[in-house]
Formats: sequence, C-alpha cells, structure tokens
Amino acid sequence: MNLVYAFAIAAQMGCGVYLLLSRHGMRILIGIVLLSTATNLLIFVAGGLRFTAPPVIEPGLQVLAAETANALPQALILTAIVIGFALVSFAAALMLKTYRSVGSVITSDHTDAEALGSPFAKEAPRNA
Amino acid sequence: MPDFITDTVLLWPLAIPLATAALCAAAWASPRVQQAASLTGLVLTLGASLVLLDAVMAQGIVTKQFGGWAPPFGISFVADRFGAAMVVISGVLALAAGLFAIADVRRRQVKAGFYPLFQGLMVGVNGAFLTGDIFNLYVWFEVMLIATLGLITLDRTRAQLDGAIKYAVLNLFSTILFLMAIGLLYGVTGTLNMADLARVLPQTDGSMALTVSAMLFLLAFGIKAGFFPLFFWLPASYHTATIIVSAVFAGLLTKVGVYACFRVFTLLFEVNDGGIRPIVAFFAAGTMLFGVFGAAIQWDIRRILSFHIISQIGYIMLGLAIATPLAMAGAVFYIIHHIVVKANLFFVAGAIHRATGTYDLRKAGGLMKASPLLAVLFLVPALSLAGIPPLSGFWAKFMVIDASFRADMAWLGALALFVGLLTVFSMSKIWIEAFWKTSPRKVSRVRAVPVAMLVPIAALGAITLAIGFNPEPLVAFANVAAGTMTDPAEFIAAVFAERQIAGATP
Repeated sequence: MNLVYAFAIAAQMGCGVYLLLSRHGMRILIGIVLLSTATNLLIFVAGGLRFTAPPVIEPGLQVLAAETANALPQALILTAIVIGFALVSFAAALMLKTYRSVGSVITSDHTDAEALGSPFAKEAPRNA
Repeated sequence: MPDFITDTVLLWPLAIPLATAALCAAAWASPRVQQAASLTGLVLTLGASLVLLDAVMAQGIVTKQFGGWAPPFGISFVADRFGAAMVVISGVLALAAGLFAIADVRRRQVKAGFYPLFQGLMVGVNGAFLTGDIFNLYVWFEVMLIATLGLITLDRTRAQLDGAIKYAVLNLFSTILFLMAIGLLYGVTGTLNMADLARVLPQTDGSMALTVSAMLFLLAFGIKAGFFPLFFWLPASYHTATIIVSAVFAGLLTKVGVYACFRVFTLLFEVNDGGIRPIVAFFAAGTMLFGVFGAAIQWDIRRILSFHIISQIGYIMLGLAIATPLAMAGAVFYIIHHIVVKANLFFVAGAIHRATGTYDLRKAGGLMKASPLLAVLFLVPALSLAGIPPLSGFWAKFMVIDASFRADMAWLGALALFVGLLTVFSMSKIWIEAFWKTSPRKVSRVRAVPVAMLVPIAALGAITLAIGFNPEPLVAFANVAAGTMTDPAEFIAAVFAERQIAGATP
C-alpha cells in the first residue's frame, strides 16, 4: 500500500517538476499546484497508512483507545491546503495582471525587472 | 510585573500588529487614520517586545502552550534570548520604517493597502521568531509570503509584476520543499514540536529520510535567505519594490530564513554530522563572494544594495558553518548589526532618490555640496557595512573572522577579509558617484530631503555608532544567546517545564 502511494507521489512530483521547467507562466503555476498537492500526500503517508478506528474518545475514557487514527496529519494537510489555495489564487491573479500589462505569459518576455537598473543599459529606464 | 503580563508576554508582539492590521484595513478609506494607527501599533509592538526581552533576560527562556495542552501536543511559543532579540530589533526597524513612511508613502500606495500589509508582514515575522513548532513556522512563513507579495506589487508597474512573479514562484517552491522536509521529519519522529524533536532526534538512528529532510530544510531556508546557488530571485525582485518596502525586506525577510536555519541546524540537526558542515561552508563562501561580485558591476543603488544583502548573508552563514560557540555569538551579533545597517542604507537610497530624482548613480551627483548632512548619514552605515572600525560592522566581522581562524577554517576567514575589501569598493562607488562628483545635469536640481526621512536614518545610524563605540554589552549578550543555541538542553527543559493545568495532563 505504502509503495503504491510512494510511486503515485513520485509520479505526481515528476509531473510537477516537468511543468515547473516550462517557459509558460500558467504551466509553471500548475506545476506548483501539483507539487504542493503531492507534498500533502507525502505528509499523509508519513503519518502512517493503516485501517484504524476514528479518533474519538469513548465516554468515560481519558485517552484514545489503541489502534485509532492519528488526527494530526489530517490537520496539517487541511492547513496546508488552505494556505496553498490562498497563495495559488494570488499567484494566478498576479499572472493574469502580468499578462494584461506585459502582454505575454512566456517567461522569456518577462524582462522588465532585469531591465530596471540594468548595468548594461546605456541609461537605466525609469520605474514605470 | 503583574501576573497578567508575565503570563501573556509572548502574545503581545503578535497580537498588537495583528490588531493594527485589522484596524488599518477597517479604516481603508482614510489614510490619516491608517497612518496614526500604524505608528501607534509600531510603538506598542516595540514596547511589548522590549518587555518580552526583559522577561527573557530576567527568567531565562519564556514559553507558552496554547490551549493549555501539555508540550508535545499543543502549539508552543518559545522565546529564548536570540528570538527575543530578533523581535526587538525587527520592532526597531519597523518603527523606523513607519516614520520613513510618513514622508515616502504616497496616497496611491496607501489605497493599495500599504499599512495593513506592512502590519501583516510584522505579524508573520514576529510569529516566525517566536514559534516553537516546526509546522507553525511554515504557517508564519506563508503569512509573511502573502503580505510580502502584496507589498512588492504596491504600484503594479510592469517591473514590479515581473519581480513579484519571480519572487512568488521561487518562494512558493521553497515553502513546498520546507513542507516536504516537515513531512519526512514527522514520518520518522512522530512529533513537530521543536523542543520535542531536539529530545527525540539524538536517540533516533540516522536514516535516509532524515538526511533528505535535513537537505530539504537547508535548500528551503537557503532559497528564503538567499544562499549562493539559490539567490538569483533576490536581486531580480527586491529593487523593483518601492524603497521603504525594499528596506524592510532587506532588513527582515532574508534574516527570517537565516534565523530558521540557525534554529533547525542547532536544535534538530547538528551541523557536525551528516556532512552538513562542508555544504554550509561552501554555501557561505559562495554567498559572500558572488554577492559582492554581483554588486561590483551594478550602477543602480538599489541593485548594489540588493546584491550586498546576499554577500552579508554569507558572513552570517559563516558562523553556522564553523558552529563553535564563539562563531555562533559572532553570527548573532552580525544579524543584529546587519538588520540595522542594511535597512538604513536602503533608507539613504530613498533619500538620495528624493534629493536627485534618480537611483541611477551615473545620473546622480553633487549631493556632498547640496546636502552634507545626508552625506554624513550615508557614511555611517556604509562604512559599518564594509567593516571599518570603530563601527558595528567591524566588531561583527571581527567576531566571525576571529572564530574562523580559531576553528581551523582559515580559508573562510581569508575569503571574508577579501570580500570586505570589495565591499569597501562598491560602497565607495556610491560615495563617489552620488555624493562626490558634480551633478552631470546642466541644471542641478537637488531637492530638500524631508525631516521625516532623516530622523529614522539618523536614529539607525546612532544605533550603529552606539554598538560600534560600546560593543561590550551586545557581545556579552550574543555570547549568552549563542550558549542557549549550542546547548539545546535549556530549551527543552523550558518547554517541558511542568505546568499543572486541570485536564491537560493525562
């Protein structure tokens, strides 16, 4: 079971890295999404994959019974999903804004930051 | 101190900026209210962090378990001397930036949410310095990242959008690596509390997963801090932001990466084992050297300074690479000195821009005659950065280089001295071009620099001078702070100190 998961995560991460190496902005973004979800799966596997009872403390007991699920990885993954979602939506908005203002999502056309104050330009362009 | 304060002393450096951010966001339509709220919040934050430092000095490491859970189960906040000092110095820097903002932040930038984002950044930074839980550190990193992205694109110019994309993609990648490292670490140890990890890890057998986890931590923090092979996003984005944002980024953000590196590689992993030391040493050497080489060819003040951030990070990493108590103390001293000096240089760059209308050194000039006060105020941080005695940079450099010679890593020390020479070179470039030479324009139009800009520059310069002429207390402090870092026993004991809370302990 663990091995199947491991191969699935590896495949997903491979796809993510492949997309990250692209020159197309949106592909890079999707690569990041794939990588971050693969990481969530990694945490899931790291928490241990077992068929267990739900982590509910029975009435009259103080602690969990044996063989119950570990709730912590799920809490971690939930947090990571929420944070990842916020950042990816911001990055997508940023990409859209850049597309509207630069007119391209191909990274080799994104040269404005380098051009600003470039030591090789005869006269540095103003910050506009 | 009353019980109420001693009980909650760890919360205020976080709660105050958070409340201020909310207040500023609520007063979106009125810049004046936002400015007043922001300044009040910054003063209160600095006050709260001083109270925290005082508590840490008086009673050792301060800890707080949220929700009253016994240590490894809840989220714990920990302030040792190093963390508390970082919170104080970032409070000082933020207050200086708040003063600078009076003169520098334009109405359009306030409309774009400068004040709430700035306070949000402080929340993230202070959270990262105070948390005692490795996953929680990841959360604070992301809080910081989202505020940072908002700040970098305040003006929405093409250069800023471009810089922000590079910044966003690489930092997202870095936090993914960080999360992977956390996942692997959790898989091996089953805990995320840093003190608990420091207790469990020495008893754990070395395994592939742990080695990979350590390397991923190093890479993730390396991207954040701007180590040598991973720094290229930094000079591609920092110079596009408005100058006050650049100053705060330069002072704080890379230092949070360095701080996390110090935490993880002193508490969790030893620098000595697993071949981490040569890698860190190699990174440190490359960071120092290539940062300063990059700076040498630039003509834009902001880019020169951006490359210098990288170079100086190398000096701090030198301390971690050597990892003797002496070197650690040097690194702590260096971080504190560098936050003050680097932000100050960016503020001066902002003042130069205000006076001459350009950041391009080829077009600037004549400031020596027009504004001698600014020239003096520039010299203090510039010479301090280059390590000229008796300024603070001299003592910082002296401590790390001295430690490297004592620890048989003389080649690193020699390299550091050589890089110091090149730093003088690029600082004198700014001096000669902006201040000394006559203005290349036919009609010299030098505008007056507003007082609100000069006050924070002078204040930070005064701190540099004070450290420089009286380094003894800070050196002693750095030694003690390094002591608690190199010996995790005190850290563990403080977190696990028995606290009887009804229902929390099984």
